Amino acid sequence: MGQFLPFTKQVLKNLFSAPATTQYPFVAREYPERTRGHVDIDKDNCILCGMCMRSCPPGAINVDRAGKTWTINRFDCVQCGYCVEKCPKKCLSITPGYQEPGPEKVNYSVDVPYEPPKPAAKPAAPAGAAAPAQAAKPAEAPAPQA
Amino acid sequence: MGKRSIVPYGPQHPVLPEPIHLDLVLEDEKVLAAIPSIGFIHRGLESLTSKKDFNEMVYVAERICGICSYMHGMGYCMALEDIMNVEVPRRAEFLRTIWCEMSRLHSHLLWLGLLADGFGFESLFMHSWRLRERILDMFEASTGGRVIFSVNTIGGVLKDMPNDMLKDFVRQLDEMEKEIRDTTSIFLNDYTVKSRLVDVGILTGEDAIRRGAVGPMMRASGINVDMRKNGYAAYNEIDFEVITSNKCDSYARCEVRIGEIFQSIDIIRQAVAKIPDTEINTKVTGMPNGESIIRVEQPRGEAFYHVRANGTKFLDRFRVRTPTFANIPALTQTLQGCQYGDVPLLVLTIDPCISCTER
Ligand code: SF4
Ligand code: SF4
Repeated sequence: MGQFLPFTKQVLKNLFSAPATTQYPFVAREYPERTRGHVDIDKDNCILCGMCMRSCPPGAINVDRAGKTWTINRFDCVQCGYCVEKCPKKCLSITPGYQEPGPEKVNYSVDVPYEPPKPAAKPAAPAGAAAPAQAAKPAEAPAPQA
Repeated sequence: MGKRSIVPYGPQHPVLPEPIHLDLVLEDEKVLAAIPSIGFIHRGLESLTSKKDFNEMVYVAERICGICSYMHGMGYCMALEDIMNVEVPRRAEFLRTIWCEMSRLHSHLLWLGLLADGFGFESLFMHSWRLRERILDMFEASTGGRVIFSVNTIGGVLKDMPNDMLKDFVRQLDEMEKEIRDTTSIFLNDYTVKSRLVDVGILTGEDAIRRGAVGPMMRASGINVDMRKNGYAAYNEIDFEVITSNKCDSYARCEVRIGEIFQSIDIIRQAVAKIPDTEINTKVTGMPNGESIIRVEQPRGEAFYHVRANGTKFLDRFRVRTPTFANIPALTQTLQGCQYGDVPLLVLTIDPCISCTER
Protein backbone atom coordinates (compact mmCIF):
# COMPACT_ATOMS: atom_id res chain seq x y z
CA MET A 1 0.00 0.00 0.00
CA GLY A 2 2.88 2.36 0.82
CA GLN A 3 3.88 2.53 -2.80
CA PHE A 4 0.50 4.07 -3.72
CA LEU A 5 0.75 6.70 -1.02
CA PRO A 6 3.09 9.19 -2.65
CA PHE A 7 0.41 10.35 -5.02
CA THR A 8 -2.51 10.19 -2.61
CA LYS A 9 -1.17 13.23 -0.78
CA GLN A 10 -0.98 15.19 -4.02
CA VAL A 11 -4.46 14.11 -5.04
CA LEU A 12 -5.95 15.36 -1.78
CA LYS A 13 -4.08 18.63 -2.13
CA ASN A 14 -5.42 19.11 -5.64
CA LEU A 15 -8.97 18.56 -4.50
CA PHE A 16 -8.85 21.46 -2.10
CA SER A 17 -6.62 23.98 -3.85
CA ALA A 18 -7.37 26.69 -6.39
CA PRO A 19 -6.40 26.17 -10.03
CA ALA A 20 -2.78 26.92 -10.83
CA THR A 21 -3.71 28.69 -14.04
CA THR A 22 -4.83 32.28 -14.47
CA GLN A 23 -8.43 32.79 -15.52
CA TYR A 24 -7.59 34.57 -18.75
CA PRO A 25 -9.24 36.70 -20.26
CA PHE A 26 -11.02 37.70 -17.03
CA VAL A 27 -7.72 38.13 -15.25
CA ALA A 28 -5.03 39.75 -17.36
CA ARG A 29 -1.48 38.64 -16.98
CA GLU A 30 1.00 41.18 -15.74
CA TYR A 31 4.26 41.19 -17.58
CA PRO A 32 7.57 41.85 -15.87
CA GLU A 33 9.11 45.13 -16.97
CA ARG A 34 11.90 43.38 -18.87
CA THR A 35 9.54 41.43 -21.10
CA ARG A 36 10.57 41.77 -24.70
CA GLY A 37 7.20 42.38 -26.30
CA HIS A 38 7.67 44.77 -29.17
CA VAL A 39 10.07 47.42 -30.45
CA ASP A 40 9.16 51.05 -29.83
CA ILE A 41 10.72 54.10 -31.40
CA ASP A 42 11.17 57.56 -30.00
CA LYS A 43 10.82 59.24 -33.35
CA ASP A 44 12.04 62.66 -32.27
CA ASN A 45 15.52 61.33 -31.64
CA CYS A 46 15.90 59.14 -34.68
CA ILE A 47 18.44 60.41 -37.20
CA LEU A 48 17.50 57.93 -39.92
CA CYS A 49 21.03 56.51 -39.92
CA GLY A 50 19.79 53.03 -40.86
CA MET A 51 21.95 51.22 -38.33
CA CYS A 52 18.92 49.32 -37.04
CA MET A 53 17.94 48.27 -40.54
CA ARG A 54 21.42 46.91 -41.28
CA SER A 55 21.79 45.04 -38.01
CA CYS A 56 18.36 43.41 -37.72
CA PRO A 57 18.93 39.65 -38.21
CA PRO A 58 15.60 38.87 -39.90
CA GLY A 59 15.51 42.21 -41.76
CA ALA A 60 12.31 43.48 -40.17
CA ILE A 61 13.15 47.19 -40.19
CA ASN A 62 13.19 49.50 -43.15
CA VAL A 63 14.55 53.03 -42.90
CA ASP A 64 13.72 55.31 -45.77
CA ARG A 65 15.94 58.39 -45.70
CA ALA A 66 14.31 60.08 -48.66
CA GLY A 67 10.76 59.48 -47.50
CA LYS A 68 11.78 60.07 -43.84
CA THR A 69 9.99 57.03 -42.50
CA TRP A 70 10.96 54.26 -40.14
CA THR A 71 9.02 51.07 -40.76
CA ILE A 72 8.92 47.78 -38.93
CA ASN A 73 7.25 44.57 -39.93
CA ARG A 74 6.28 43.31 -36.51
CA PHE A 75 5.52 39.86 -37.84
CA ASP A 76 9.13 39.46 -38.95
CA CYS A 77 10.66 40.89 -35.78
CA VAL A 78 11.91 38.19 -33.44
CA GLN A 79 12.36 40.53 -30.44
CA CYS A 80 16.08 39.89 -30.23
CA GLY A 81 16.93 43.44 -29.21
CA TYR A 82 19.95 43.78 -31.46
CA CYS A 83 18.59 46.97 -33.10
CA VAL A 84 18.13 48.52 -29.65
CA GLU A 85 21.72 47.76 -28.82
CA LYS A 86 23.02 49.12 -32.13
CA CYS A 87 21.03 52.34 -32.39
CA PRO A 88 23.54 55.19 -31.94
CA LYS A 89 20.89 57.60 -30.59
CA LYS A 90 19.33 55.03 -28.23
CA CYS A 91 15.91 55.92 -29.53
CA LEU A 92 14.72 52.33 -29.83
CA SER A 93 13.47 50.29 -26.91
CA ILE A 94 11.77 46.96 -26.32
CA THR A 95 8.69 47.18 -24.16
CA PRO A 96 6.15 44.65 -22.86
CA GLY A 97 3.01 43.98 -24.83
CA TYR A 98 2.98 41.54 -27.69
CA GLN A 99 2.02 42.21 -31.26
CA GLU A 100 -1.70 41.67 -31.59
CA PRO A 101 -2.82 39.05 -34.04
CA GLY A 102 -4.50 40.28 -37.17
CA PRO A 103 -5.91 39.09 -40.47
CA GLU A 104 -3.08 40.58 -42.48
CA LYS A 105 0.54 41.48 -41.94
CA VAL A 106 0.56 45.23 -41.69
CA ASN A 107 3.73 47.22 -41.33
CA TYR A 108 3.97 49.79 -38.59
CA SER A 109 5.43 52.98 -39.92
CA VAL A 110 6.30 56.34 -38.37
CA ASP A 111 7.25 59.62 -40.00
CA VAL A 112 10.48 60.84 -38.53
CA PRO A 113 10.71 64.63 -38.16
CA TYR A 114 14.52 64.62 -38.46
CA GLU A 115 16.01 67.34 -40.71
CA PRO A 116 19.23 66.16 -42.32
CA PRO A 117 22.02 68.76 -42.14
CA LYS A 118 22.55 70.80 -45.30
CA PRO A 119 25.21 69.34 -47.57
CA ALA A 120 27.26 72.51 -46.99
CA ALA A 121 27.62 71.67 -43.30
CA LYS A 122 30.31 69.08 -43.83
CA PRO A 123 29.85 65.85 -41.88
CA ALA A 124 32.43 66.62 -39.28
CA ALA A 125 33.26 64.72 -36.11
CA PRO A 126 31.75 61.23 -35.92
CA ALA A 127 29.59 62.09 -32.97
CA GLY A 128 27.78 59.46 -31.00
CA ALA A 129 28.85 56.60 -33.26
CA ALA A 130 29.24 54.04 -30.54
CA ALA A 131 29.26 51.01 -32.75
CA PRO A 132 32.08 50.28 -35.17
CA ALA A 133 31.03 51.05 -38.71
CA GLN A 134 29.77 47.88 -40.27
CA ALA A 135 30.06 48.82 -43.88
CA ALA A 136 31.76 51.74 -45.56
CA LYS A 137 29.17 54.48 -45.89
CA PRO A 138 31.10 57.69 -46.23
CA ALA A 139 28.27 59.92 -47.42
CA GLU A 140 26.05 59.18 -44.46
CA ALA A 141 28.12 59.79 -41.39
CA PRO A 142 25.95 60.38 -38.32
CA ALA A 143 24.95 63.96 -37.99
CA PRO A 144 26.53 66.21 -35.36
CA GLN A 145 24.65 66.02 -32.11
CA ALA A 146 21.93 68.58 -31.68
CA MET B 1 10.33 -18.03 -34.74
CA GLY B 2 7.54 -15.48 -34.62
CA LYS B 3 6.27 -13.47 -37.49
CA ARG B 4 8.54 -10.63 -38.59
CA SER B 5 7.23 -7.29 -39.70
CA ILE B 6 8.48 -3.76 -40.11
CA VAL B 7 6.53 -0.99 -38.48
CA PRO B 8 7.23 2.62 -39.43
CA TYR B 9 7.30 4.82 -36.33
CA GLY B 10 7.03 8.55 -36.96
CA PRO B 11 7.78 11.11 -38.30
CA GLN B 12 4.32 12.08 -37.06
CA HIS B 13 3.65 10.36 -33.78
CA PRO B 14 1.37 11.40 -30.94
CA VAL B 15 3.93 10.91 -28.19
CA LEU B 16 6.59 13.02 -29.82
CA PRO B 17 5.63 16.21 -31.57
CA GLU B 18 8.95 16.32 -33.35
CA PRO B 19 9.70 14.42 -36.54
CA ILE B 20 12.01 11.47 -36.21
CA HIS B 21 11.41 8.32 -38.16
CA LEU B 22 12.26 4.84 -36.97
CA ASP B 23 11.82 1.64 -38.89
CA LEU B 24 11.11 -0.96 -36.23
CA VAL B 25 11.81 -4.56 -37.13
CA LEU B 26 9.44 -6.58 -34.98
CA GLU B 27 9.15 -10.23 -34.19
CA ASP B 28 5.68 -10.50 -32.75
CA GLU B 29 5.74 -7.78 -30.08
CA LYS B 30 9.49 -7.71 -29.65
CA VAL B 31 11.66 -5.11 -31.35
CA LEU B 32 14.66 -6.72 -33.04
CA ALA B 33 16.17 -3.61 -34.50
CA ALA B 34 15.42 0.05 -35.03
CA ILE B 35 16.69 1.98 -38.01
CA PRO B 36 16.49 5.73 -37.48
CA SER B 37 16.28 8.34 -40.19
CA ILE B 38 16.41 12.06 -39.64
CA GLY B 39 16.44 15.12 -41.87
CA PHE B 40 12.79 16.14 -41.92
CA ILE B 41 13.39 19.62 -40.58
CA HIS B 42 16.88 20.48 -41.66
CA ARG B 43 17.30 24.25 -41.49
CA GLY B 44 20.71 24.85 -43.01
CA LEU B 45 22.43 26.55 -40.09
CA GLU B 46 25.86 26.39 -41.69
CA SER B 47 24.92 28.17 -44.85
CA LEU B 48 23.35 30.94 -42.78
CA THR B 49 26.85 31.90 -41.66
CA SER B 50 27.42 33.27 -45.15
CA LYS B 51 24.43 35.59 -44.81
CA LYS B 52 24.44 36.72 -41.19
CA ASP B 53 27.50 38.31 -39.68
CA PHE B 54 29.13 36.84 -36.62
CA ASN B 55 27.27 39.14 -34.23
CA GLU B 56 23.88 38.34 -35.70
CA MET B 57 24.73 34.65 -35.50
CA VAL B 58 24.44 34.86 -31.70
CA TYR B 59 20.70 35.25 -32.19
CA VAL B 60 20.59 32.53 -34.80
CA ALA B 61 22.58 30.14 -32.59
CA GLU B 62 20.20 30.46 -29.67
CA ARG B 63 17.33 29.55 -31.95
CA ILE B 64 18.81 26.13 -32.67
CA CYS B 65 16.66 24.79 -29.87
CA GLY B 66 13.76 26.08 -27.86
CA ILE B 67 14.76 24.34 -24.64
CA CYS B 68 18.53 24.64 -24.49
CA SER B 69 18.43 28.00 -26.25
CA TYR B 70 20.46 29.69 -23.55
CA MET B 71 23.35 27.30 -23.81
CA HIS B 72 23.43 27.30 -27.59
CA GLY B 73 23.85 31.05 -27.54
CA MET B 74 26.41 30.81 -24.79
CA GLY B 75 28.40 28.04 -26.50
CA TYR B 76 28.62 30.09 -29.66
CA CYS B 77 29.67 33.21 -27.76
CA MET B 78 32.29 31.22 -25.84
CA ALA B 79 33.76 29.96 -29.12
CA LEU B 80 33.96 33.49 -30.51
CA GLU B 81 35.41 34.80 -27.24
CA ASP B 82 38.05 32.10 -27.48
CA ILE B 83 38.92 33.07 -31.06
CA MET B 84 39.02 36.80 -30.29
CA ASN B 85 40.87 36.38 -26.98
CA VAL B 86 38.23 38.18 -24.98
CA GLU B 87 38.30 37.93 -21.21
CA VAL B 88 34.72 37.73 -19.97
CA PRO B 89 34.11 39.60 -16.68
CA ARG B 90 33.57 37.33 -13.70
CA ARG B 91 30.07 38.54 -12.96
CA ALA B 92 29.02 37.64 -16.48
CA GLU B 93 30.46 34.16 -16.00
CA PHE B 94 28.44 33.73 -12.82
CA LEU B 95 25.29 35.04 -14.44
CA ARG B 96 25.81 32.59 -17.28
CA THR B 97 26.20 29.78 -14.76
CA ILE B 98 22.96 30.74 -13.05
CA TRP B 99 21.03 30.95 -16.30
CA CYS B 100 22.54 27.64 -17.44
CA GLU B 101 21.33 25.93 -14.31
CA MET B 102 17.91 27.51 -14.60
CA SER B 103 17.80 26.10 -18.13
CA ARG B 104 18.71 22.69 -16.79
CA LEU B 105 15.98 22.94 -14.17
CA HIS B 106 13.26 23.81 -16.63
CA SER B 107 14.48 21.30 -19.19
CA HIS B 108 14.49 18.44 -16.70
CA LEU B 109 11.07 19.39 -15.36
CA LEU B 110 9.80 19.48 -18.91
CA TRP B 111 11.29 16.07 -19.54
CA LEU B 112 9.72 14.63 -16.39
CA GLY B 113 6.37 15.91 -17.62
CA LEU B 114 6.85 14.38 -21.05
CA LEU B 115 7.91 11.11 -19.49
CA ALA B 116 4.78 11.05 -17.33
CA ASP B 117 2.75 11.84 -20.43
CA GLY B 118 4.58 9.05 -22.26
CA PHE B 119 3.45 6.42 -19.81
CA GLY B 120 0.02 7.93 -19.47
CA PHE B 121 0.17 9.60 -16.05
CA GLU B 122 -1.50 12.85 -17.05
CA SER B 123 -1.77 14.52 -13.67
CA LEU B 124 1.92 14.00 -12.99
CA PHE B 125 2.63 15.61 -16.34
CA MET B 126 0.56 18.65 -15.35
CA HIS B 127 2.33 18.94 -12.02
CA SER B 128 5.80 18.82 -13.55
CA TRP B 129 4.87 21.53 -15.98
CA ARG B 130 3.23 23.64 -13.32
CA LEU B 131 6.53 23.66 -11.46
CA ARG B 132 8.42 24.45 -14.64
CA GLU B 133 6.22 27.47 -15.22
CA ARG B 134 7.75 29.27 -12.25
CA ILE B 135 11.22 28.85 -13.69
CA LEU B 136 9.98 30.34 -16.95
CA ASP B 137 8.57 33.28 -14.99
CA MET B 138 12.00 33.80 -13.46
CA PHE B 139 13.51 33.76 -16.91
CA GLU B 140 11.02 36.31 -18.09
CA ALA B 141 11.71 38.57 -15.14
CA SER B 142 15.47 38.39 -15.63
CA THR B 143 15.93 38.22 -19.39
CA GLY B 144 12.65 39.37 -20.86
CA GLY B 145 11.99 36.11 -22.66
CA ARG B 146 10.47 32.82 -21.63
CA VAL B 147 11.99 30.64 -24.30
CA ILE B 148 14.52 32.69 -26.23
CA PHE B 149 16.55 34.84 -23.91
CA SER B 150 18.81 36.99 -26.10
CA VAL B 151 21.03 37.98 -23.20
CA ASN B 152 24.31 36.57 -24.45
CA THR B 153 26.70 38.63 -26.43
CA ILE B 154 30.27 38.11 -27.47
CA GLY B 155 32.19 39.37 -24.45
CA GLY B 156 29.64 38.76 -21.71
CA VAL B 157 25.94 39.19 -21.10
CA LEU B 158 23.60 42.05 -21.94
CA LYS B 159 21.46 42.17 -18.83
CA ASP B 160 22.46 42.09 -15.23
CA MET B 161 20.45 40.47 -12.49
CA PRO B 162 20.52 42.85 -9.52
CA ASN B 163 21.45 41.21 -6.24
CA ASP B 164 17.96 41.50 -4.78
CA MET B 165 16.53 39.77 -7.83
CA LEU B 166 19.03 36.94 -7.30
CA LYS B 167 18.06 36.70 -3.63
CA ASP B 168 14.41 36.56 -4.61
CA PHE B 169 15.12 33.76 -7.08
CA VAL B 170 16.91 31.76 -4.41
CA ARG B 171 13.96 32.26 -2.08
CA GLN B 172 11.56 31.07 -4.77
CA LEU B 173 13.75 28.07 -5.50
CA ASP B 174 13.80 27.21 -1.81
CA GLU B 175 10.03 27.20 -1.85
CA MET B 176 9.90 25.14 -5.00
CA GLU B 177 12.44 22.64 -3.81
CA LYS B 178 9.97 21.11 -1.40
CA GLU B 179 7.27 20.89 -4.00
CA ILE B 180 9.67 19.40 -6.52
CA ARG B 181 10.73 16.86 -3.94
CA ASP B 182 7.11 15.83 -3.45
CA THR B 183 6.46 15.49 -7.15
CA THR B 184 9.71 13.73 -7.99
CA SER B 185 9.24 11.27 -5.15
CA ILE B 186 6.23 10.01 -7.10
CA PHE B 187 8.48 9.30 -10.08
CA LEU B 188 10.92 7.47 -7.88
CA ASN B 189 8.55 5.57 -5.60
CA ASP B 190 5.20 5.11 -7.25
CA TYR B 191 4.37 1.55 -8.14
CA THR B 192 2.86 2.32 -11.55
CA VAL B 193 5.75 4.53 -12.59
CA LYS B 194 8.29 1.96 -11.53
CA SER B 195 6.53 -0.78 -13.43
CA ARG B 196 7.11 1.18 -16.62
CA LEU B 197 10.70 2.21 -15.98
CA VAL B 198 12.59 -0.41 -14.02
CA ASP B 199 14.64 -2.78 -16.19
CA VAL B 200 13.31 -1.22 -19.37
CA GLY B 201 15.84 -0.18 -22.00
CA ILE B 202 19.10 -1.38 -20.54
CA LEU B 203 22.19 0.44 -21.75
CA THR B 204 25.33 -0.91 -20.10
CA GLY B 205 28.28 1.34 -19.41
CA GLU B 206 30.31 -0.45 -22.06
CA ASP B 207 27.62 0.05 -24.66
CA ALA B 208 27.18 3.66 -23.66
CA ILE B 209 30.86 4.31 -24.34
CA ARG B 210 30.89 2.25 -27.52
CA ARG B 211 27.86 4.09 -28.85
CA GLY B 212 29.18 7.47 -27.75
CA ALA B 213 26.24 8.42 -25.54
CA VAL B 214 26.33 11.76 -23.73
CA GLY B 215 24.80 13.47 -20.73
CA PRO B 216 22.27 11.82 -18.42
CA MET B 217 22.10 8.85 -20.79
CA MET B 218 25.79 8.18 -20.16
CA ARG B 219 25.65 8.98 -16.46
CA ALA B 220 22.71 6.63 -15.95
CA SER B 221 24.99 3.87 -17.20
CA GLY B 222 27.42 4.59 -14.42
CA ILE B 223 29.94 6.60 -16.45
CA ASN B 224 31.12 9.75 -14.76
CA VAL B 225 31.24 12.37 -17.50
CA ASP B 226 30.10 15.95 -17.23
CA MET B 227 31.48 18.84 -19.25
CA ARG B 228 30.76 21.23 -16.41
CA LYS B 229 33.72 19.66 -14.65
CA ASN B 230 35.92 21.28 -17.34
CA GLY B 231 35.21 24.50 -15.51
CA TYR B 232 33.78 26.78 -18.19
CA ALA B 233 31.80 29.85 -17.09
CA ALA B 234 32.02 29.87 -13.27
CA TYR B 235 31.80 26.12 -12.73
CA ASN B 236 35.40 25.97 -11.56
CA GLU B 237 34.38 27.86 -8.42
CA ILE B 238 31.32 25.74 -7.74
CA ASP B 239 31.42 22.62 -5.66
CA PHE B 240 29.38 19.78 -7.10
CA GLU B 241 29.55 16.04 -7.63
CA VAL B 242 28.61 14.42 -10.92
CA ILE B 243 25.44 12.40 -10.43
CA THR B 244 25.60 8.87 -11.78
CA SER B 245 23.57 5.73 -11.38
CA ASN B 246 24.55 2.12 -11.91
CA LYS B 247 21.12 0.78 -12.74
CA CYS B 248 21.52 1.39 -16.51
CA ASP B 249 17.76 1.35 -17.19
CA SER B 250 15.07 3.97 -17.80
CA TYR B 251 14.56 4.35 -14.08
CA ALA B 252 18.23 5.27 -13.73
CA ARG B 253 17.87 8.01 -16.35
CA CYS B 254 14.92 9.37 -14.44
CA GLU B 255 16.86 9.17 -11.20
CA VAL B 256 19.90 10.98 -12.63
CA ARG B 257 17.80 13.82 -14.01
CA ILE B 258 15.91 14.20 -10.76
CA GLY B 259 19.22 14.30 -8.91
CA GLU B 260 20.40 17.01 -11.28
CA ILE B 261 17.33 19.12 -10.57
CA PHE B 262 18.32 19.41 -6.92
CA GLN B 263 21.95 19.81 -7.87
CA SER B 264 21.05 22.74 -10.13
CA ILE B 265 19.20 24.44 -7.30
CA ASP B 266 22.26 23.98 -5.14
CA ILE B 267 24.58 25.35 -7.84
CA ILE B 268 22.40 28.43 -8.21
CA ARG B 269 22.57 28.97 -4.44
CA GLN B 270 26.34 28.69 -4.46
CA ALA B 271 26.66 30.98 -7.46
CA VAL B 272 24.43 33.63 -5.90
CA ALA B 273 26.48 33.48 -2.72
CA LYS B 274 29.76 33.92 -4.60
CA ILE B 275 28.82 36.31 -7.39
CA PRO B 276 31.28 39.24 -7.58
CA ASP B 277 30.39 42.82 -8.47
CA THR B 278 32.12 43.52 -11.75
CA GLU B 279 31.19 44.66 -15.20
CA ILE B 280 28.93 42.34 -17.15
CA ASN B 281 30.48 42.65 -20.58
CA THR B 282 33.61 43.83 -22.30
CA LYS B 283 33.70 45.72 -25.52
CA VAL B 284 34.81 43.55 -28.41
CA THR B 285 36.31 45.13 -31.48
CA GLY B 286 37.75 43.78 -34.68
CA MET B 287 36.95 40.72 -36.70
CA PRO B 288 37.46 37.13 -35.55
CA ASN B 289 40.24 35.16 -37.15
CA GLY B 290 40.98 31.62 -36.04
CA GLU B 291 39.35 28.45 -34.96
CA SER B 292 37.86 27.18 -31.75
CA ILE B 293 36.17 24.14 -30.28
CA ILE B 294 33.91 24.48 -27.26
CA ARG B 295 32.07 21.82 -25.33
CA VAL B 296 29.31 22.62 -22.87
CA GLU B 297 27.04 20.41 -20.81
CA GLN B 298 23.47 20.99 -21.83
CA PRO B 299 20.55 19.45 -19.96
CA ARG B 300 20.54 16.69 -22.55
CA GLY B 301 24.28 16.16 -22.59
CA GLU B 302 27.40 17.45 -24.17
CA ALA B 303 27.07 19.89 -27.03
CA PHE B 304 30.00 20.61 -29.27
CA TYR B 305 30.66 23.81 -31.21
CA HIS B 306 33.25 24.26 -33.87
CA VAL B 307 33.70 27.75 -35.23
CA ARG B 308 36.23 28.82 -37.83
CA ALA B 309 36.56 32.47 -38.74
CA ASN B 310 38.58 34.02 -41.52
CA GLY B 311 39.03 37.65 -40.49
CA THR B 312 35.87 38.90 -42.20
CA LYS B 313 32.50 39.41 -40.59
CA PHE B 314 31.19 36.15 -42.04
CA LEU B 315 32.32 32.89 -40.49
CA ASP B 316 33.86 30.08 -42.49
CA ARG B 317 32.33 27.27 -40.53
CA PHE B 318 29.93 26.86 -37.65
CA ARG B 319 29.25 23.29 -36.75
CA VAL B 320 27.17 22.17 -33.80
CA ARG B 321 26.92 18.59 -32.60
CA THR B 322 23.91 18.47 -30.32
CA PRO B 323 23.38 15.90 -27.56
CA THR B 324 20.37 14.23 -29.15
CA PHE B 325 22.38 13.50 -32.27
CA ALA B 326 25.00 11.76 -30.13
CA ASN B 327 22.36 9.80 -28.27
CA ILE B 328 20.59 8.32 -31.29
CA PRO B 329 23.01 5.36 -31.59
CA ALA B 330 22.47 4.66 -27.89
CA LEU B 331 18.72 4.83 -28.48
CA THR B 332 18.86 2.16 -31.17
CA GLN B 333 20.77 0.01 -28.71
CA THR B 334 18.17 0.37 -25.97
CA LEU B 335 15.40 -0.40 -28.46
CA GLN B 336 16.90 -3.77 -29.38
CA GLY B 337 14.93 -6.44 -27.60
CA CYS B 338 12.37 -4.14 -26.00
CA GLN B 339 8.62 -4.55 -26.19
CA TYR B 340 6.82 -2.64 -28.90
CA GLY B 341 4.75 -0.78 -26.30
CA ASP B 342 7.90 0.58 -24.66
CA VAL B 343 9.22 2.25 -27.81
CA PRO B 344 7.67 5.70 -27.17
CA LEU B 345 8.95 5.65 -23.62
CA LEU B 346 12.45 4.68 -24.68
CA VAL B 347 12.55 7.37 -27.32
CA LEU B 348 11.61 9.78 -24.56
CA THR B 349 14.31 8.62 -22.18
CA ILE B 350 17.07 10.09 -24.34
CA ASP B 351 15.24 13.42 -23.95
CA PRO B 352 15.07 13.86 -27.70
CA CYS B 353 15.19 17.23 -29.35
CA ILE B 354 14.96 16.56 -33.03
CA SER B 355 15.02 20.20 -34.05
CA CYS B 356 18.40 20.50 -32.34
CA THR B 357 19.62 17.42 -34.09
CA GLU B 358 18.90 18.74 -37.54
CA ARG B 359 20.05 22.34 -37.13
S1 SF4 C 1 19.44 53.10 -35.57
FE1 SF4 C 1 18.22 54.47 -34.30
S2 SF4 C 1 18.68 56.50 -35.11
FE2 SF4 C 1 19.36 55.04 -36.66
S3 SF4 C 1 17.61 54.85 -38.02
FE3 SF4 C 1 17.43 53.22 -36.52
S4 SF4 C 1 16.14 54.09 -34.93
FE4 SF4 C 1 16.85 55.80 -36.15
S1 SF4 D 1 14.30 43.30 -32.05
FE1 SF4 D 1 15.63 42.11 -33.40
S2 SF4 D 1 14.27 41.30 -34.94
FE2 SF4 D 1 13.15 42.94 -33.93
S3 SF4 D 1 13.54 44.73 -35.17
FE3 SF4 D 1 15.10 44.71 -33.57
S4 SF4 D 1 16.84 43.64 -34.48
FE4 SF4 D 1 15.06 43.21 -35.77
